Amino acid sequence: MKKNDSLKVKALKPKKQTIDFLLNYSKSLELVKTKSKNFPISKN
Amino acid sequence: MKYLENCWSANILLLRRVMKSKTDSLLISLYQKGDEEALSALIHRHQRELFTFIFYKINDEDLANDVFQDTFMKIILMLKEGRYNEEGKFILWAKRIAHNLIIDHFRLKSKNVKVSETTFETDEYSIFDLIREPSENIEDQLVTLQIQEDLMRMLQFLPQNQQEVIKLRFFDGLSFKEIADHTNMSINTTLGRVRYALINLRKIMDENNIVLTR
Repeated sequence: MKKNDSLKVKALKPKKQTIDFLLNYSKSLELVKTKSKNFPISKN
Repeated sequence: MKYLENCWSANILLLRRVMKSKTDSLLISLYQKGDEEALSALIHRHQRELFTFIFYKINDEDLANDVFQDTFMKIILMLKEGRYNEEGKFILWAKRIAHNLIIDHFRLKSKNVKVSETTFETDEYSIFDLIREPSENIEDQLVTLQIQEDLMRMLQFLPQNQQEVIKLRFFDGLSFKEIADHTNMSINTTLGRVRYALINLRKIMDENNIVLTR
């Protein structure tokens, strides 16, 4: 059976850090609601 | 303590299973109401397809991660602002955003040219590339002239209507629709005529051993 070389096979998936960053980024935003629009602003 | 950890893991698994069964629209709606787990489910569901799409356009893993991140940052902002309209599938919308970001990246890259003196092993431009005479040299000019003459001679062997569409399409740069309007033909007839003209040109080239490349 052909063995897969993990160094050569491209894992087409974003890095875990990228996903974690996005989830934290989303959590860091707070929504300010006005009459006409919602404004996401950073809590940090 | 171990019992609590097990309960926590089981809850996470259950939550993921529940989220998995939800449609994109429902996840978006939940996220817009403040459910952060819905965003996580949305990212995990589409990460492979979107990342693959980006990677095969730029062929650089680190850059693909950056573009993926920027794409979802835009998506997050637009969802939070309530600017997402359910016009089509979520993934198509995400790919469109990614595609635009990739175009922006290459546009910016072409503007910011790094200059160094010797650049055999890097992507940077050599100063000697920049001061090179950009216009065609005499040999290139002669080859271009030869190609144009051969092409014009070959065109004369085509029927009049095929000559016309080839000139409009490739010399004047008209779209198929513009050619159709200009010649009072349908687009399908125009497409067919250009196709037959190209086939005929290839035949003439084969029969006469003409090569039109540099």
